[in-house]
Amino acid sequence: MAYSDKVVDHYTNPRNIGTLDKSSKTVGTGLVGAPECGDVMRLQIQVNDVTGMIEDAKFKTFGCGSAIASSSLATEWLKGKTIDQALEIDNMDIVEELALPPVKIHCSVLAEDAIRSAINDYRIKQGLEPLVAEKSHH
Amino acid sequence: MKLPIYLDNNATTQLDHRVFEVMTPFFLENYGNAASKSHAFGWKAEEAVDYAREQIATLIGANEKEIIFTSGATESNNLAIKGVYEMYAAKGNHFITVSTEHKAVLDACKHLEKLGAEITYLQVGGDGLIKVEQIEEAIKPNTVLVSVMYGNNELGVIQPIREIGKLCNGKGVLFHTDATQTVGKIHVDVLADNIDLMSFTAHKMYGPKGVGALYVRRKNPRVKVTAQMDGGGHERGMRSGTLNVTGIVGFGKACELARLEMESEAKRLSQLRDKLENALLKLEESYVNGSAEHRLPHTTNISFKYVEGEGLMMGIKDIAVSSGSACTSASLEPSYVLKNLGLDDELAHSSLRFGLGRFTTEEEIDYTIHCVTEAVNKLRDMSPLWEMFKEGIDLKSVQWSEH
Repeated sequence: MAYSDKVVDHYTNPRNIGTLDKSSKTVGTGLVGAPECGDVMRLQIQVNDVTGMIEDAKFKTFGCGSAIASSSLATEWLKGKTIDQALEIDNMDIVEELALPPVKIHCSVLAEDAIRSAINDYRIKQGLEPLVAEKSHH
Repeated sequence: MKLPIYLDNNATTQLDHRVFEVMTPFFLENYGNAASKSHAFGWKAEEAVDYAREQIATLIGANEKEIIFTSGATESNNLAIKGVYEMYAAKGNHFITVSTEHKAVLDACKHLEKLGAEITYLQVGGDGLIKVEQIEEAIKPNTVLVSVMYGNNELGVIQPIREIGKLCNGKGVLFHTDATQTVGKIHVDVLADNIDLMSFTAHKMYGPKGVGALYVRRKNPRVKVTAQMDGGGHERGMRSGTLNVTGIVGFGKACELARLEMESEAKRLSQLRDKLENALLKLEESYVNGSAEHRLPHTTNISFKYVEGEGLMMGIKDIAVSSGSACTSASLEPSYVLKNLGLDDELAHSSLRFGLGRFTTEEEIDYTIHCVTEAVNKLRDMSPLWEMFKEGIDLKSVQWSEH
């Protein structure tokens, strides 16, 4: 299977690899997937608790090229968005942007799950209710 | 050095130029049907087939009459297993095989189960090997056939074929081996190994695709298989269909070259393989899958923990290898062979198989060591699992959100 140029670009030059302080109250961490499934994504957001703006986003991913590209793209999109705007990111936007083939759609789903999971972690830390409507694709 | 580098010789091999040369006249000039007994075109084709049959038989210590030509090892395996089931139905319906066999054997057995056969699938140990005692314990009065592959395609591990052959011979049970990866790579002798039926193919030993053979023993005991295709009764009635003369001529030459060169080749390749393996094992948390002792000289299967196989292959795009990772197959399941070793799915997802071959050079191996090392390090830097491992977190204690 050939990868799209955008997947290759994100794989070769991944944006925002790294780790934020997961104990900080302004950092939300999402860890999704499982090693036995061959995909694990960790996505972190640094939120300005005054403006609600995502100021930084980092990821680390264990997975195929499409999984790495999906999470790399997600961090790019998250930066500069508010939490509410971030929740609007849909996995199909990632599929479209990266031209993922049908067998790789689960990578985009995982990235969306990672975003929601990171936001939830942040909300809980801020004493807010976690999001109830976890979108389920499984 | 030309890129990309081909290290997937367990999938198929490059045709040897010397093989190609002997084949060419049979495309345009000598196009006769080997079954045409009434004219020179047919005689010439038959003569070429007879010569190839001898070259092939010589390589494995067989008589040329014991070689049944097929389209490849998948057909040979099907013919052996289904053909024995039908031919020996009066004797029993129990077959014994191993869970790490090729799908051509496992699925042929599953097919027979639907027809009423009883199949025992033996489990291999953590080294990928079966013990002869396991087979001995599994043999029953109604056991007709034991089928155990010679060298495994994914791991390269070599099963104790000679001991199994001796056991089966003593018990009066037929013994089939899928030697697709083995013939032409190491010395195989059907008499010394007490093999009754053996599948092998040309394209794994620098011959053409689309031609293979089933060795069917003619003496002590005389073995027969029921044909699986109806037709002209070629190949002593066991496999109908016009012979692929061009392919057979190439197959013969490939066997002759293997016979003359495999000993020195095996030595050269095992040295290169060991160089590759030793260098890659210097990476932390990397492991060889399967027995390192009982193994084909040209194969190594290595897991790089905390790195996903398909992601890794993308990072070494100039090197053609294969992975046990789920993502490489449509089923999204990691390799059943690796899982059968008792490997965690996670390790199975992290494996690469390197298959060296006749045209592999030391320069290519050096380049491969460099590329794989770099890619593994790069991917570990972006792997959350590697970070957790380095922090001393037991990944088994983590509550994963399976999807």
